[in-house]
Amino acid sequence: MFTKTLCVSAIALATAAAAPAFARDQIKIVGSSTVFPFSTTVAERFGKSTEFKTPVVESTGSGGGLKLFCAGVGEDTPDITNASRRIKESEVKTCAENGVTDIVEAKIGYDGIVLANSKESDQLSISLGDLFMALAKDVPGEAGETTPNPYTMWNEINPELPAVKIEVLGPPPTSGTRDAFVELAMEGGCKTVDWVKDLKKTDSDAYKTLCHTIREDGAYVEAGENDNLIVQKLQANPDAFGIFGYSFLEQNSDAVQGAMINGVAPEFELIAEGDYPVSRSLYFYVKKAHVGEVPGIEQFLAEFTSEDAWGEEGYLADKGLIPMTDAEREEGAKAINGLMNLSM
Amino acid sequence: MTDFITPSSQLKTRKSAEKRFQWYGRGAIIASLVFLVVMVGSILYKGSGAFTTTDVAIVVDLGPEAVDPANPQDARFEKIVKDALKARFPEATKRADRRKLYGLVSNDAGFELERFVLANPDKLGGEVRVWFRASDDFDILLKGTVDRTVDESERRLSDQEIGWIDTLLADGDVKRGFNWSFFTNGDSREPELAGILSALVGSALTLLVCFCFSFPVGILAAIYLEEFAPKNRFSDIIEVNINNLAAVPSIVFGLLGLSMLLNTFGMPRSSPLVGGLVLSLMTLPTIIIAARASLRAVPPSIREAALGMGASPVQATFHHVAPLALPGIMTGTIVGMAQALGETAPLLMIGMVAFIVDVPQSILEPATALPVQIFLWADAPERAFLEKTSAAIIVLLLFLITMNLLAIVLRRRFEKRF
Repeated sequence: MFTKTLCVSAIALATAAAAPAFARDQIKIVGSSTVFPFSTTVAERFGKSTEFKTPVVESTGSGGGLKLFCAGVGEDTPDITNASRRIKESEVKTCAENGVTDIVEAKIGYDGIVLANSKESDQLSISLGDLFMALAKDVPGEAGETTPNPYTMWNEINPELPAVKIEVLGPPPTSGTRDAFVELAMEGGCKTVDWVKDLKKTDSDAYKTLCHTIREDGAYVEAGENDNLIVQKLQANPDAFGIFGYSFLEQNSDAVQGAMINGVAPEFELIAEGDYPVSRSLYFYVKKAHVGEVPGIEQFLAEFTSEDAWGEEGYLADKGLIPMTDAEREEGAKAINGLMNLSM
Repeated sequence: MTDFITPSSQLKTRKSAEKRFQWYGRGAIIASLVFLVVMVGSILYKGSGAFTTTDVAIVVDLGPEAVDPANPQDARFEKIVKDALKARFPEATKRADRRKLYGLVSNDAGFELERFVLANPDKLGGEVRVWFRASDDFDILLKGTVDRTVDESERRLSDQEIGWIDTLLADGDVKRGFNWSFFTNGDSREPELAGILSALVGSALTLLVCFCFSFPVGILAAIYLEEFAPKNRFSDIIEVNINNLAAVPSIVFGLLGLSMLLNTFGMPRSSPLVGGLVLSLMTLPTIIIAARASLRAVPPSIREAALGMGASPVQATFHHVAPLALPGIMTGTIVGMAQALGETAPLLMIGMVAFIVDVPQSILEPATALPVQIFLWADAPERAFLEKTSAAIIVLLLFLITMNLLAIVLRRRFEKRF
């Protein structure tokens, strides 16, 4: 009896809402977990200040988001995807094959990736070259040979570094933060060796393997996607270092400190001006075919690109997004609101 | 000849072995109780803060210049709040200081004032003292999560901000209260506004779908297999497969849901309908196995007596055997549903790991679930989400306890003893 009433009411609930379910009236956003906090903030504001429904934002990762986004045009596919890296040539092609030809690209700001340790220890100051030497699987030698990474202590690489064991907690390979760290920090440090720089021209595969492979002998610990967990582990272990996004450093500034990289500290202004070497751009992509079909997309873009949101003192800056320069924002807002097509 | 009267040394060994075993057993129980107490204790300790909030009273100017009595909804409420804060602390003149000042209240304050004005049009025309939700940094400072003695550069709130807060406290403009909004709001990016309701309703709807699908299907499958199916190689294969299915990792069911329910049948993504169906695939084997076990436990005399009185096999099963097995079936179902309640992995594949503010109204609307909400909050950078995470776990545990109580009550009502 109980079961029957329960199920009858469930069916009633389903049919009651079935009528308007076809034409979707709610924006759907997928994509990067790094952009997720910013995208959701704008979505929430947008839902409160307009008559449109609050968009649904899914955290799927940059690659997963673009895959869903490029699956086709229609009600079942997302309208917007967030990405913590630029869309790839191959993804544009997949999109086009599935009928997603007109895409609007929106760059929204920057994110710094920091190497941090507990405040109980001294602040580290390290060059990208030394950081690469500490974390690479194979290290390049003087004369064009590579050897498996022999370093176990920081001061073996450079006597100025502290005499503690190399132990770095960082994100796993599935994470966008890891991709960006490898591309910016590891490759940046790798290139400082002259013969490796030349290798890029002669054998780009070997170059990539050398520069992009992180050591697997226990010095680099994959600590999962949860950055809060890394912060907690750093507090427990003052000798360890962690790799995570700038917003987590900002929120936990009483417990952890960011290392200076190439002499530049990870500070808001320094990342915004591009002085800090390990920072990346954040994006979202809009499916033009859905603009006008799903109500509110244009207004959502207007909200995102307003000075109140992505401006220097906007609410996204409070959430840890590092804003673009005035000129970049002005140009960006024009392009985004004018729905200009992506050009690679 | 063996002496049966005087205790032998063998008997002593046996007795002490028995004692030892009893102590091992007690030790195991104590160890698991300690773990439980530590876990629940730390969650309660961390999560208790989330059930209180901080509000700040500010005198705002609702005169005719600020709010037009004819069109109150067009007023710039955010600016009114900012002006009121500036008037309260006129010493903040620099831009950076003012930004800090505005950060004392939640950035929802403008909307809060709008709701207040629209609800109390009679208060228009002068200065009114209005309560606003304090920001998360303010809130956790009062809760003592932040150490105010550490160096200024190492905390989120500067000495100046703490000074303002202390002034407000001294003037009686701060009140702490029970956080009702935690139970009436959906998710939010602002910790002070974030609530559990959308996730709670999402979980309830998902479980409802899961129950409505897996309970009847599971019982029918179990009854057929146990009472009617011929015992041959084919039914053996089915039995082995059902047992295997119970051990399949849940993410596999998520992938199945993605390819079958979403891509082939075109069901709405992120909806409790799909979530419930995927979870019911996961709970079905549990229900079938439990139901078969309890059907087998019904004494054969009941079945034989019914058949002997001329009942058909279907009548014997449905009038006599199934009702007796029902309490056991219920227990199995609740165990399965409890598993489903705590599951996140399959929901990831079908889009239920999402930021959802609006409370879902039907099983076709986008929704999220309690464990997903815990996962999302645990990943958020803001410090104040830490206590929300623990509070959400408390709500999840309460939900679970309620479900188990329901099972016990139902069992008591239907239980028959021989």
